[in-house]
Amino acid sequence: MALDILIVDDSAAIRKILQRVLVQADVPVGRVLEAGDGNEALELLQKEKVQLILSDINMPNMDGLQFLGRVRANAAWKDVPVVMITTEGSQNKVMEAVQLGASGYVRKPFTADQIKEKLAGLI
Amino acid sequence: MSINTEQLAKLVKDATEQVFSTMLGTEITSGEPYLGGSDPGPSEGVVSLIGLAGAWIGTGSVFCSAEMACKIAAGFLMTEYPAVNSEVLDAVAEVTNMIIGNVKTSLEEQFGPMGLSIPTVIYGRNFMTRTVGNSEWVGVPFFWNNERIEVQVCLAPNEDGKTAHSRFWMAGMRSI
Repeated sequence: MALDILIVDDSAAIRKILQRVLVQADVPVGRVLEAGDGNEALELLQKEKVQLILSDINMPNMDGLQFLGRVRANAAWKDVPVVMITTEGSQNKVMEAVQLGASGYVRKPFTADQIKEKLAGLI
Repeated sequence: MSINTEQLAKLVKDATEQVFSTMLGTEITSGEPYLGGSDPGPSEGVVSLIGLAGAWIGTGSVFCSAEMACKIAAGFLMTEYPAVNSEVLDAVAEVTNMIIGNVKTSLEEQFGPMGLSIPTVIYGRNFMTRTVGNSEWVGVPFFWNNERIEVQVCLAPNEDGKTAHSRFWMAGMRSI
């Protein structure tokens, strides 16, 4: 079954690259929704249903960790897998993401294999 | 704790090589690291700047020609770009984010948590950049596809932070 996926990143380049990498990683991609920050992503989730979320952390307006907290606090979205894809490699941020309920954590730069491996148990 | 020029240059070199090999599937050749003053900037091309903050504060930058920026974007996005546009600038910003973000992660092992700003990218001619203060830049030149790319980092202790680290900053800074 094709998955509808939300990609949240302030970089349009990364959103485009992730779409390509998801296909390379043999992920059954359905619709891809894009948001430039957490606020935009929450607005999209109010209107659209997705089966997977990939989110950056460092973003303007609402960062990825705040966004993750809001997703996990909402009964309608709390079970959607959220994988953080970010340059943030500090243990503090990783731990914070895990505590907030992140389903996975991938550091940039990334390969298709790393994305595939991280998504293997989630989809 | 301290970090000297060679160590900082190595972090820059490793991070840049990793980003190019992973995201562009290509090897990049590095040149000799150098030290620069507070006016390190170019006068033409694409400059991407990103701030570092924490117990240590500073800036990371990536500079290249417009042609190199187009080549980076083409490698990143699998699309040809005959001229610099918003997608090219976005790709250079993301390269900067990844390189300096990885340098930051390595620095955090020694100096504790640091924050990274959102990148700012400038494209034009006849401009000048200047870092306020007297911090020196550690730069590493790289060569790819017959073009040059410069990655530079300047760091200084955050005097407002009053951390124990600050007194020892830049021991051996002038050793290369």
